[in-house]
Amino acid sequence: MNLKELYQEIILDHGKNPRNLKSISHYNKDAKGYNPLCGDKVHIYLKLNNNMKIEDISFEGSGCAISMASASIMTELFKGKEENDVKEIVSDFLDMIKEKPELSTNKLKEDEKTKLMCLSGVKQYPMRVKCATLSWHTLTSAMNNNKEDVNTENVKI
Amino acid sequence: MNIDNIKKEFPIFNNKVHNNDLVYLDSANSSQKPKAVVDRIYDFYTKEFSNVGRSVHYLAVAATNLYENTRVSVQKYLNAKDKDEIVFTKGATEAINLVANTFGQKYLKEGDEVLITELEHHSNYVPWHYLRKSKGIKIEFAEINNDGEITLENLKKKITSKTKIIAVTHISNVTGAILPIKEITELAHSKNIPVLVDGCQGAPHLKLDMQDLDCDFYAISCHKMYGPTGLGILYAKKNWLEELPPYQGGGGMIREVKKEGISYGDLPNKYEAGTMATAQVIAFNESIKFLEKIGIKNIVSHEKELMEYGLEVLKKNNSVKIIGNPKNKGSVISFTIEGVHPHDIATILDEDGVAIRAGHHCCQILHEKLGLAATARASLGVYNVKNDIDQLNDSINKCKKIFDLK
Repeated sequence: MNLKELYQEIILDHGKNPRNLKSISHYNKDAKGYNPLCGDKVHIYLKLNNNMKIEDISFEGSGCAISMASASIMTELFKGKEENDVKEIVSDFLDMIKEKPELSTNKLKEDEKTKLMCLSGVKQYPMRVKCATLSWHTLTSAMNNNKEDVNTENVKI
Repeated sequence: MNIDNIKKEFPIFNNKVHNNDLVYLDSANSSQKPKAVVDRIYDFYTKEFSNVGRSVHYLAVAATNLYENTRVSVQKYLNAKDKDEIVFTKGATEAINLVANTFGQKYLKEGDEVLITELEHHSNYVPWHYLRKSKGIKIEFAEINNDGEITLENLKKKITSKTKIIAVTHISNVTGAILPIKEITELAHSKNIPVLVDGCQGAPHLKLDMQDLDCDFYAISCHKMYGPTGLGILYAKKNWLEELPPYQGGGGMIREVKKEGISYGDLPNKYEAGTMATAQVIAFNESIKFLEKIGIKNIVSHEKELMEYGLEVLKKNNSVKIIGNPKNKGSVISFTIEGVHPHDIATILDEDGVAIRAGHHCCQILHEKLGLAATARASLGVYNVKNDIDQLNDSINKCKKIFDLK
């Protein structure tokens, strides 16, 4: 257990001042997610352009520092990326949080990987993993046009 | 038994949590177990085990006697009139489900009202909700006041000619409000309405006297009372248990079974279908003995003193906000820290060995009313000492430091 690894400077910063925490009116995809165990809620908005590139992404919601930081870092990272690449990165991130020691995708630059790995401290806290993954599952749901809200009790991580 | 040395009776405190002494402040969730209770389970399984109430051999008779001894102990502890008014269940949840199901089946019809409160744990809401679905009944909620209490007045406002049963908690597991059960019962009975009390937080922390409270049903969670998990108790006035239909069908609860029909057994067997949590029931007798040895009066005053100390310490701590301010308060302290989510508080406190609960504590209705997604909760048990409160406060300060709060 290492609290410092969990609550790194960057997590605390994004947790306190989340980036892209707003609704956008020009979105063309969105999804809601909910963690019934702790009451965390998130609503992800996506604006994809004709080339399936994420032109804008934002989120609304409330939750702990981990869940807010995770959503904030995620939205910051994905602005300007292509939807297909994003799907690959999401799956790589979820694998990393679950079991793999590192990220393996080549769709991220080294500095982007370093930033995402800041969230890996949560691995030592099994009860908190869902805080970190809620927004990622919700983003997947938005990209896949799923109509049903994400519920962390019904997804694998 | 000296209450100041009571920690020694609980083997769990011999262990370290993240290299720290355990500061256990989650007793409203579940209490720790005295050695005598744990030993009793081991002894029963290794020396005396048999199923109860069925065979005639030596072990079966002995086990049946032990099982029934606990029923008598519970009867005395609760000052119930009759031992047949004590029904063992798998938990307080099952006890409430038993009443909602059987009472609902026999007495409720479309448009009837069940009156509960905004303080209720999900276990005293969801079972009634089923009846909303199956029978078209209505559920009314008595509202809390600004202090997080349910006053007799607020309850009275929601009683109508259609109210068929009132189901209320004895102590809120979030605000700690102690409800005026005796007055509620008097009021309800004057209108011929029976009262069910969710006693999960009441039973471990208050002196109980069923004949004095005069409620019709009282649900108890044994694992919150220094007893084993998997066991609850339904106290019900005998006339109700005689009037209501059985809950579950199976072995042990029948008198005669024929192809054409079945007759049911006498109390309390009627409500104890199948093999019960035998070892837990027998071990629970040790929990009762433990409580009696310390004396409930001593427990009440010990926990009250600690709770008041806790409130005093935490109120001095800037940025800690206590949830609820009931005049008559049980030993739970729910709080928030401006700028730190309760789950972050709980994780940071855990690093110091301080075990609290964070979340909605199975009270989403209340949290919605309070406008909060979650709260942190420190709850006390007989083993807590002032030092535990000081450690809680120190760890809260560490939390504030990590989150850069003043």
